[in-house]
Amino acid sequence: MTTLSEKILGGREGSFVDRKVDRAFAHDGTGVLALDSFRKMGGERPENPDNISIIYDHIVPANNSTTADLQHELRNFSKDAGINFYDVGCGICHQVMSEGVCRPGEIVVGADSHTCTLGAFGAFATGVGATDMAAIWETGETWFKVPETIQVNLEGKLTGHTEAKDATLEYIRMLGMDGASYMALEFTGSGAESLPMEGRLTMSNMAIEAGAKAGLFYSDKVTAEYLAHLGIESERQAAENPSYAKEIDIDLENLSPMLAVPHRVDTGVPVEKYAGTALDQVFVGTCTNGRYEDLKRFADIVRGRTVKVRTVVVPASRSVLEKAVSTGILLDIIQAGCAIGTPGCGPCLGMHMGVLGEGEVGLSTANRNFKNRMGVGAEYYLCSPSTAAASALAGEIRSPEEN
Amino acid sequence: MEERGKAVCIGEDVDTDMIIAGRYLRTKDRKVWADHAFEDYDPEIAGRLKGSVIIAGKNVGCGSSREQAAIALKEAGVLAVVSPSFARIFFRNLVNTGILVFETDEIKCTDGDEVIFSADEDRVEVGGVRYDAKPISESMKEIIRAGGLIEYMRKRR
Repeated sequence: MTTLSEKILGGREGSFVDRKVDRAFAHDGTGVLALDSFRKMGGERPENPDNISIIYDHIVPANNSTTADLQHELRNFSKDAGINFYDVGCGICHQVMSEGVCRPGEIVVGADSHTCTLGAFGAFATGVGATDMAAIWETGETWFKVPETIQVNLEGKLTGHTEAKDATLEYIRMLGMDGASYMALEFTGSGAESLPMEGRLTMSNMAIEAGAKAGLFYSDKVTAEYLAHLGIESERQAAENPSYAKEIDIDLENLSPMLAVPHRVDTGVPVEKYAGTALDQVFVGTCTNGRYEDLKRFADIVRGRTVKVRTVVVPASRSVLEKAVSTGILLDIIQAGCAIGTPGCGPCLGMHMGVLGEGEVGLSTANRNFKNRMGVGAEYYLCSPSTAAASALAGEIRSPEEN
Repeated sequence: MEERGKAVCIGEDVDTDMIIAGRYLRTKDRKVWADHAFEDYDPEIAGRLKGSVIIAGKNVGCGSSREQAAIALKEAGVLAVVSPSFARIFFRNLVNTGILVFETDEIKCTDGDEVIFSADEDRVEVGGVRYDAKPISESMKEIIRAGGLIEYMRKRR
C-alpha cells in the first residue's frame, strides 16, 4: 500500500520528512535570488556541489546590462563553488536534467515550478522557491510533506494528430487549476505505458498547472531504453498496491486535439471550437513542447509550405537543436518562414524576445496562458505542436486533423 | 501576542504573475517588486499593503515559483495571508519570507475590515468573525518566528 511518492520520500502521506536531495537546480532567474539568500544565510560553499546545477534558460542571451550583470555574478559563483554550470545555449533546466542527469527513484528539487517534469522518470521532482534552494545548497537537504496521490489512469493509444499535450490539457480540464493542490499525480494504465518518454515529460511538466506537487510515471521498459541511449542503467519500478485519494480516467484513443483558452489553463476544449480565430503569432518551444519530437511533428506539417503568421520556434536544448540540424528538420522549419531562437525558455515567461503586443492573439505550445504573462493586453491559447503547425500555415486557429 | 491589520481582499486563483509581473523580475531591487505588487490584478492595491492582511480566494499564488511574489508582499508590509487554499510553492515561499499564513474556510470580507490574528494561534478574526485555521507544523512556525528562512538558517549556524 505505497504510492510512488511515499516510496521515494520514505514516509506515509500527510507526514513531514527531512530528506537529502539527489539533484538540486536553479536557473538564471531564481539562481540569482538563491545566491542572495545563500550569502545572507552566511553560506560560502554549497554542501554538495556535485549534486547542484545552475542552468541558464530564462533570459538567454542576456537582454540588457542589468540582466547581464546578474548573470555574470551567478556565473562566477557557480564556477568558484564547483557547481555544474550550463551557460547560455545549453537549454531549459528541466530538459537538460532529462538528458542524462536525472534517474528513477531520485529526489529532485528545482527552483522552478515546472520541476515536476522529471517525474516522467519515476523521480520525485518538485519545485521550490529561491530561499528554499539556498538552504538546500547550505545543508544538502530539505523538508517535504508526503503528498496524497491522484491516479490519472490512461487507456488506449494516441491516434492521428492527437498528442500527449492534448491528453495533458484534458487532465487539467478534468482536475481544475487547484484540483491537485499539495498532491501528487501518478500516470498509470496501458496508455501511460504506451507513451514515449517525450510524451511523459510533457504530461509530468504540467502537473503543476493542476496545483500538483509532482506528476510521476513508473519507470519501465520505455524509461530504461531512453536512459540506455544516454549510457545510464536504470531500475524499473512497479506499483505496490497504492492507495489513491481520487482517480480519473482518460481514453487516449478518443481524444481530439485540444486548446486551453485565455486566460486559464483548465479551460480545455476541442480545437474546432475556436477554429478560424485570427492569430498574430505562433510559438513552438518551452519545457512542455520544445523537444525534438515536437519540432519533428511541427516540421512534418509545415515542410515545403509557408507559414501565414509570424512563427517563433525555440528548441528546448542544445542537443535538440543539434538533432534538428543534423536530421534536416530545422531547415524545413526555417524554409517555411519561421524564426529560430536560442535554446531556452524563449517568450514563455514574457521577459524578452517574442512577447506579444496589446490586443494581439497568440497560439503557444507552452504551459501557461495567464493574463499578461506573455505580453500585456494580449491573449494566447495553448496547444500541441501539430495544432501550432496547422494554425501557423492557416494564419488562424485550425485543427491538424483538418490540415 | 495579538496583531491587527487591515484586510485587502482579492479573488480566486490569483497567480504569481498577477502578484508580480515577469517584466519586473530583471532586478534585485525589492522596492520595485513592492511598488508593482498586484499591478496586473488591480493597480490600486500596492498603495494599501502596508500593515495589511491579504484575504484571498482559493488557490492563491498558483503558477510560477517566483519567490519575488512573497518578497514583494513582505517588502510592502503585508503581515499575513489568509486563504481557503494556497498553491504549495507560494505557501512555502510565504513561510520562508516570514509572512504568517492562515488556511481557513472561505471568508466574506470587505476591503479595510479589521483582521486580528496571532502568530501562536491557528485562528484569525476578520470583521468580527472568527475562523479556525489549519494548523501548520512547528518547524514552519519556527521559521516564521525567526523572521524567515534566512534568519532561521543564520541562527542554526
